Amino acid sequence: MSGPLSEPLSVPGSAPPPRTVHTHCPYCALQCGTRLGHALGEVTVTPSAFPVNQGGLCQKGWTAPEVLSTADRLREPLVRGADGRLAPAGWDAALDLVAGRLREIRRAHGPDAVGVFGGGGLTNEKAYLLGKFARLALRTSRIDYNGRFCMSSAAAASNAAFGVDRGLPFPVTDLGRADVVLLAGANPAETMPPLMRHLDRAALIVLDPRRTPTAERAAVHLRPAPGTDLALALGLLQLTVLDGRLDHAFVRERTNGFEAAWQRALPWTPERTERVTGVPVAAQREAVRMLADARRAYVLTGRGAEQHSKGADTVSAFVNLALALGLPGRDGSGYGCLTGQGNGQGGRELGQKADQLPGYRMIDDPAAREHMAAVWGVEAAALPGAGPSAYELLDSLGTAGGPRALLVFGSNPVVSAPNAGHVTERLAALDLLVVADFVPSETARMADVVLPVAQWAEEEGTLTNLEGRVLRRRALLAPPPGVRGDLEVLRGLAVRLGEPAERYPVEPREVFEELRRATAGGRADYSGVSYERLDAGEALHWPCPVVPSGPAHPGTPRLFLDGFAHPDGRARFVPVEHRDAAELPGRDLPLYATTGRVLAHYQSGAQTRRVAGLTAVEPEPFVEIHPDAARRAGVTAGGLARVVSARGAVVARVRLVESLRTDTVFLPFHFPGDGRANLLTGGALDPRSGMPEFKVSAVRVEPVDVVPGGAVSV
Amino acid sequence: MKRILVVGNGLAAHRLTARLAALGHDGPVTVLGAEPHPAYQRTLLGSVLGGDVPASALTLSAPPPGVRVLTGVRVVAIDRARRVVRCADGTRYGYDTLVLATGARPTGDVHTLADAARPVRGRVAVVGGGVLGVETATALRRRGHRVVLAHGGPHPMHRHLDEVAGQLVAARLESWGIELRLGGYVPASGTLGADTVLRCTGTVPETAAAREAGLAVRHASGSIVVDERLRTNDSSIRAIGACAGTPDLAGALAQAETLATLLTGGDTRYAPLPPILRPRVPGLDIASLGASGPSGAPDEVVTFSDPARGRYARIEIRDERISRAVLVGLPEGTAAVAQLSDTGRPVPEDRLALLLGGRTKAPGDDPAAMADETVLCHCNNVSKGTVVRAWQHGARDLAALAATTRATTGCGGCTAAVRAVCAALPVPEEVG
Repeated sequence: MSGPLSEPLSVPGSAPPPRTVHTHCPYCALQCGTRLGHALGEVTVTPSAFPVNQGGLCQKGWTAPEVLSTADRLREPLVRGADGRLAPAGWDAALDLVAGRLREIRRAHGPDAVGVFGGGGLTNEKAYLLGKFARLALRTSRIDYNGRFCMSSAAAASNAAFGVDRGLPFPVTDLGRADVVLLAGANPAETMPPLMRHLDRAALIVLDPRRTPTAERAAVHLRPAPGTDLALALGLLQLTVLDGRLDHAFVRERTNGFEAAWQRALPWTPERTERVTGVPVAAQREAVRMLADARRAYVLTGRGAEQHSKGADTVSAFVNLALALGLPGRDGSGYGCLTGQGNGQGGRELGQKADQLPGYRMIDDPAAREHMAAVWGVEAAALPGAGPSAYELLDSLGTAGGPRALLVFGSNPVVSAPNAGHVTERLAALDLLVVADFVPSETARMADVVLPVAQWAEEEGTLTNLEGRVLRRRALLAPPPGVRGDLEVLRGLAVRLGEPAERYPVEPREVFEELRRATAGGRADYSGVSYERLDAGEALHWPCPVVPSGPAHPGTPRLFLDGFAHPDGRARFVPVEHRDAAELPGRDLPLYATTGRVLAHYQSGAQTRRVAGLTAVEPEPFVEIHPDAARRAGVTAGGLARVVSARGAVVARVRLVESLRTDTVFLPFHFPGDGRANLLTGGALDPRSGMPEFKVSAVRVEPVDVVPGGAVSV
Repeated sequence: MKRILVVGNGLAAHRLTARLAALGHDGPVTVLGAEPHPAYQRTLLGSVLGGDVPASALTLSAPPPGVRVLTGVRVVAIDRARRVVRCADGTRYGYDTLVLATGARPTGDVHTLADAARPVRGRVAVVGGGVLGVETATALRRRGHRVVLAHGGPHPMHRHLDEVAGQLVAARLESWGIELRLGGYVPASGTLGADTVLRCTGTVPETAAAREAGLAVRHASGSIVVDERLRTNDSSIRAIGACAGTPDLAGALAQAETLATLLTGGDTRYAPLPPILRPRVPGLDIASLGASGPSGAPDEVVTFSDPARGRYARIEIRDERISRAVLVGLPEGTAAVAQLSDTGRPVPEDRLALLLGGRTKAPGDDPAAMADETVLCHCNNVSKGTVVRAWQHGARDLAALAATTRATTGCGGCTAAVRAVCAALPVPEEVG
């Protein structure tokens, strides 16, 4: 099944790779602890007793080693030749070509004609060095990453309310003591199964239009119509007050701004909330009662609440609810966001976001610019300013004033970006597309230059999981011959662009040491964290500042117990109002389409679609639809359907789901080609966060005529 | 610059001025409110009466900068020729566009914030068992008052609820300790033995000045006639909310938003949602749709009656759509029916699931009866057959089963099912 990895190749001059290592799963933000070893020529994985997974692992994690030796693993740089085909090239030739073209494009069009697109799966070291490379070597403001599609709404809301954004401001294990947990648009039973081990004690309130496996375990399942979570949160706030469940003392002593937020909730009577959301008054009331009566309760949001053109306001509304109930900043209660990607947390605070410098410093803050310029040894004035958000960046590619070249690291926007048909056109309009990846992803296949890079079990580094805990990734293997680490790629390009080599270390530990200095004093302060402390088994959650003398800082597992991160120590209610989705179903497009994940796949599927055991479970795109809606559309279980939006069409296998709303269809977004769910989604963005509206598109469903012989007429 | 004058200072007027500002209207906007308070959320008066929140909690946000709000100013006349309104205190205000958002006037005792906040003593008689009367009686009862509800009809809300539904509501009110006097006539206050009498006999649209000025009003209800652009028969006068016959909060807010778009140069139309009567009675779900609309022979009538549990529904369906419905004690059904009515979507085939919310069948999870290919552990895609085979090959406890099959190693949620499957297996002979 897997390739010949029994003889790991050693890098000259380095120690031979170990026989077993303790590391973490390559996939989601839970970062389950695993032990890797060798048996019978294959890499083996066993879950460890790490606190977040407690010996558990889902099928993705168990089968992750297969991706290391996947048959089409990229093993040498590829350059598109005059014949239009990608052909093998040497590293020097490939990097020379890229650097040369980048210099030309920059000379002709200026530094912002080169863009960088990063990923939430990159290690902290890579995310940091990528941001530094963009700002110093390329001098471009055009850098953003796929985490914009993931964490940005919750990040905006958390920063506004608490003055800092850490997915869970408490350890995951705290959830195990909760009496009640409200999950707004989160489906951990499928997206991060081992998390459910911490939720088996609590009574769950699940908000989701679909009856997901998580909703199956709920004490109360609220099924708001797609795009109405914000109205529901406003309604729950009103009921909290009307039913006498407002935590007056907490609101008075630890928060600001309740009045304005409450006034926005005033029109949301339970009855009007019911009419707009479809959530019964009795269920709203029960949810509020459960949360208020619990001794320990949490409000958690996921992508279902966040991936809207009003995602940040929606999260703010749920944070307001949590504050009204007095949950945040108390041991055993709180608000949190279930971060999605493996390094979704570290990836968003170390400098690959368009508006941020490392340490969660804002790029338009003069003090932050001075600090970073000093660490990097440049003038603050030389640092570019804030650039556009991810979708805006992709939308501008190849247009007048937009980038002519794009470097992609750890992302597959052809599949994962919204309005994927349009994004693919924009990528095709570039003069130069460079993709660093370890498999020929759909985006890599479009590239002019493909750079093969190492993956999880072949590299050292750190990631920061959903609870803000910094974790060590450790190498079991050396990368296959011909494959380089991303850090090496960045140095190779930087040097060719005229940068001093020492600015771009290739040793992760060395990058981390610089990252510590860079984040010192920032909101996400890693300066007290070191490889030595992590390797000694310390559980370090940021902020963990360096202490000049005396005992080291123990890290901060629980934020806000003494105060929130605003200067006055108080949390802020943020007044928000409900608004409709950018697009509503109508006559021609009568149904809501909502997109999401399945258990067997991760993100764009570039990795998991290469694992036999996972594709056996979910081999192809599908659309879930209520039997009534299917009958009206003329599609049948197991047949093919075409799902059509104003932007594109998807062909998918029909699954009838009785528990689904009759007005809603669901499609997973992990599949390529004409099965890309993101061919349907649009480019409407949240004005606060830049988050696209993945969760609401207006669509119709039609049968696909299958002609004899199996060909599909589209 | 176009001067907009808004008469009325309720939620609709409040939303209108907020939306005008958001949409960039830059002319002067003046709001005239008859009550002395700043704008407040009138729909929640019952919560003040019930003692759930203080009156001050109902105050809406301050108007946007530049909007002038004058309170305690009652408009008594509209001079359409001069485009001026005259107030009871003699002041006059000119307009280019006049928006009437005057709401509805009570024919009874409880309508303003001041009324709701006034202390109520001892045993209370609520006269009138329509929506307002039922809401008021239950709010007072919630606050601990002894309450008698007197109603001329055969049961509460008899104009909106049929006999079965009305009896269920009556029974529920009585179970909460509200004394009911029903039928035939409304007794004189003196015969009710109450310390306080509150008349809740309904509301009428507040349109006296509009009528006086010659604006067209509906004969039956007295509400101002408006078109889909919310224009009265005088194109410089618009009307929104209860004074224009809009029955509920949702409609009034939608009208305010439509009008703001129109007044800032946008092109849109107001499309009313089908009216739904949904009284605010915490703990009892009551809904009535289409009771006052035109009747016609339905294609199908669905009835569900479960009086012992206080549940009842009667739904009339025409052309696969709901034309009328009465529901009591069915919270899921009430929410679902309202959404179907608002969106004009067809009724689901499974009528019972519609009323009861989701599944009506219990999932079959008897492990012995499960097919071998049934997936027990979704996290690792382990079927019952795989678990059974592992057990038969000697993996006789959870740890051994997990090691062989990976079942239970994901979220752990299938642990009980895996145990149950194994417990149901016959013990092999060599062991027994």
